[in-house]
Amino acid sequence: MRLSRQQWFVMFLVLPAFVLLAAVVFYPFVYNVILSFGNMNLTRIRSWEFIGLRQYVKIFTEPTQPDFYAIFFKTILWTVVNVFFHVVLGVFLALLLNRHLKGKSIYRTLLILPWAIPQYIVALTWRGMFNYEYGAFNVILTKYLGLPAVEWLKSPMEAFLACILTNVWLGFPFMMVVALGALQSIPQELYEAADIDGAQWYHKLRRITLPLLRPVMIPSITLGVIWTFNSLNIVWLVSNTGEPSDQTHILVSFVYKAAFNFYNFSYAAALSMFLFAILLAFSLLFMNRSKATEAAY
Amino acid sequence: MPISHKTRRRILDAVTHATLALFALIAMFPIWQVLNISLRPGDQLLTTTLELIPSNATVQNYVRLFTEADFLLWMRNSALVSISVTLTGVLLASTTGYGFSRFAFFGKKAGLLALLTTQMFPATMLLLPMYIMLIHLGLINTYLGVIIVYSATALPFCIWTMKGYYDTIPVSLEEAARIDGCTYFSSFYRIILPLAAPALVITALFSFMTAWSEYLVAAQILQETTLWTLPLGLKSFESSMSTAWGLYGAGSIIVMVPVVVLFVALSKWLVSGLTLGSVKG
Repeated sequence: MRLSRQQWFVMFLVLPAFVLLAAVVFYPFVYNVILSFGNMNLTRIRSWEFIGLRQYVKIFTEPTQPDFYAIFFKTILWTVVNVFFHVVLGVFLALLLNRHLKGKSIYRTLLILPWAIPQYIVALTWRGMFNYEYGAFNVILTKYLGLPAVEWLKSPMEAFLACILTNVWLGFPFMMVVALGALQSIPQELYEAADIDGAQWYHKLRRITLPLLRPVMIPSITLGVIWTFNSLNIVWLVSNTGEPSDQTHILVSFVYKAAFNFYNFSYAAALSMFLFAILLAFSLLFMNRSKATEAAY
Repeated sequence: MPISHKTRRRILDAVTHATLALFALIAMFPIWQVLNISLRPGDQLLTTTLELIPSNATVQNYVRLFTEADFLLWMRNSALVSISVTLTGVLLASTTGYGFSRFAFFGKKAGLLALLTTQMFPATMLLLPMYIMLIHLGLINTYLGVIIVYSATALPFCIWTMKGYYDTIPVSLEEAARIDGCTYFSSFYRIILPLAAPALVITALFSFMTAWSEYLVAAQILQETTLWTLPLGLKSFESSMSTAWGLYGAGSIIVMVPVVVLFVALSKWLVSGLTLGSVKG
């Protein structure tokens, strides 16, 4: 078969990346699937065997410390709470920034900062701020508000709350920037027409602004859910590997620990597959459903 | 008494300013904390006061960072890794994105979908099998190991960004160039690529940041201290909080300032890249 000049050119364009991606993405993915059906761990790294679905059965039936279902529930809670605050704060601030205001660009720049800082620095710095004796939060609580100090990092509830606070702070700028872009593309005439009809601000918000924000926010929320669900950095570094005594985990940090602290490679591989399946199902359902509602508008 | 339209507007403006200022303060607070820590003299690292700038502020932490700690070495290591990942990302994404945008070929749709799907992989999904592969290949404790993992993470997103941007450039430009006798390659290289400069910048920034700010992968692959990148070094300061807390602050400021400046300047395009990629399925 002779290739045309165009075909040669396309090969030149895409082949190098395809080969690389096949080696560093596709092959590891397949390897992960294979691993999840085996019993590999640190002592059996070269002499492991296939054991079928047993790792998957283990995930759902074998009691773990902490309990798998508790972590699962926590992960859902973590994702919902975080994304909810990201979207609400983001849209709220975008609405404010969309008004005619002096110094708007300064506010915008300052409000993006949490997104711009490398995540591990965010996490380590917030961990410092949650320190019991010297951290900024307890100083503010005790010295300026006259409240008792909180043991942020030593009890499971508070440590989880600390992670959530950090992650809410880190995530709202993305939603804000997305919403701001969408707001600026809404034609001004719509509001003028509404003014002529004597509409109040909340009418305009409900009938014009929010419906037109929707199509842009839906993919961003999908992305936000995926990122938050997979947000290993924050939980791992703020709680320092899941402290106190592995009580502060979401699924992805639990998998990381199983893989790299306990070296249960096959078990971790099966868990990864489970997480991936959840996210894939969520994305397909959420995007499809929102497409259906979009069509109804 | 009904308030006039003008007064109402003024009150609303004032409330808006106050709210935005409050949130801006919250956004800046941790950065101010880091800066504050970095300027504290050694005997005041742990303090319960919240002064805007610490009394006896000093730059000794910054000096110690370069004289007593391995900061320069980590910076060199990080730069080496980040630049390699950036070059790989820009080179491959600019060509592959163009192929996806302009030509029909076998497996195109599947390829695009596969790239999108990788964004849903949990962090461990590729890291664990790759870690085991790297053990088998003897690439643990090598830069090549982390460069491979980072490229695998950054490349799918970069390709989508580039494709999305090429899609906005009219095809008629190349058609005209082809009629004038340009080859496929030169119409791509001389006409389209320069027009895609903004997307190239985003791709470069994204790949660079992926590598520059990554801790969890590096922690598994680079275990020898001489190979450490900046995140591993800064984490080691944090672990011994009382003694090296000031070094952590100073190091963090140096690491984040250039990235933050770049990021803020380019944030608008970054978002359009992200949403373009996800809207056009």
